[in-house]
Amino acid sequence: MTSTKEAEETEEPAADLDAAMAGSGVEELLATLDRDLVGLAPVKTRIREIAALLLVEKLRARVGLSAGPPSLHMSFTGNPGTGKTTVALRMAKMLHVLGYVRKGHLVAVTRDDLVGQFIGHTAPKTKEVLKRAMGGVLFIDEAYFLHRHENERDYGQEAIEILLQVMENQRDDLVVILAGYRDRMEAFFGSNPGMSSRIAHHVDFPDYAPDELYAIAQLMLEQMQYRLSDDAGPALAEYIERRRAQPNFANARSIRNALDRTRLRHANRLFGRRTDALTRDDLMVLEASDIRASRVFADADPVPDPDADARAGGQP
Amino acid sequence: MKITQGTFSFLPDLTDEQIGAQIEYCLEEGWAVSIEHTDDAHPRNTYWEMVGQPMFDLRDAAGVMSEVASARATFPEEYIKVNAFDATRGFETVRLSFIVNRPSVEPGFGLIRQDAAGRSIRYTIHSYATDRPPGERYS
Repeated sequence: MTSTKEAEETEEPAADLDAAMAGSGVEELLATLDRDLVGLAPVKTRIREIAALLLVEKLRARVGLSAGPPSLHMSFTGNPGTGKTTVALRMAKMLHVLGYVRKGHLVAVTRDDLVGQFIGHTAPKTKEVLKRAMGGVLFIDEAYFLHRHENERDYGQEAIEILLQVMENQRDDLVVILAGYRDRMEAFFGSNPGMSSRIAHHVDFPDYAPDELYAIAQLMLEQMQYRLSDDAGPALAEYIERRRAQPNFANARSIRNALDRTRLRHANRLFGRRTDALTRDDLMVLEASDIRASRVFADADPVPDPDADARAGGQP
Repeated sequence: MKITQGTFSFLPDLTDEQIGAQIEYCLEEGWAVSIEHTDDAHPRNTYWEMVGQPMFDLRDAAGVMSEVASARATFPEEYIKVNAFDATRGFETVRLSFIVNRPSVEPGFGLIRQDAAGRSIRYTIHSYATDRPPGERYS
């Protein structure tokens, strides 16, 4: 529907980029991307570039210049919780708006969904997933698990070969996005040159800075309809600082989990004084004590005393 | 003898593009599409064999079309049909079914007359396709 409308609009001024941009609805999508996603400047620039390329490619096709359909397969590399899946979802929508995929849905899979347990099990499984992803985007999380270099008879190789074939022959039908840690993805591409050469766009997701994580936490709380009390704000900032230094830190995902646990403690605190009548504010406001009860503060100071924490923590 | 049966039996054979459009409609309606094949397209033969599994959760016809292509490559000299199953309560049945492939030579059917008691005659239809064992038919 949108694509035909857009085709009519951009028909007359064949090279009017502005009109094409306005007519396609890409601008709004990019704007929501800017608004909803904190940080990730290099990723946003990359997506903008890809959107520009696709739009120009469409205009070129309209005036009869053909460069062949652009290769759209991508790889998203970055640490956990840096927003790879979220961006992939937006990417699917954007490709749909631009008319490069027909349906614009995202099918997220991992090795388990593609690779079978015994001989002859892998091909039907992989094909099943590919069929489901047709017309949309196939997102393979931790794609490097497909390749096990220590075992050359691993069925993962079979899945890779089927993937490669479809990535090459049915480029109009689906777009494949591979995601994972940067170093392991590089090793994966190193051992699968065929895969590497079929991927046009490598997008790297940087880790979030502490203030970006704080902004993300604010955004999440807003969506969950909570808010922080005046002294809970600094407590959260300090929590982020400490959590970042600890192992297994998963960026935005860790923040989400921390907020979930904070809600748990908040609910528990309200439960402790259930004889009182609760106001709307009581139900919404997270206190510093809810945050400071976290395990993250435990090693520095076992007693959740805000003053002691402020003196002891913060500076590494 | 050209056998016609199913939803578009009164039309000429559908082109691939038309088949794709029909499948697209089925998927939009939320029906699960499956593919079946047989060499004996007797009108009362409801037991065609499945090609692969029924396809659930598909969003685009391209997935079914690649499956149709592989079914044609595997069974070029057999009848292949596409079914769309509606799981909605109250329907729970095939809503649409049409032939997408047929053998180059279709043997057709013969009418068999059987003398019964009191000079009455019973009629039955016999597929010539079943005269020879499976695997040797249509060769």
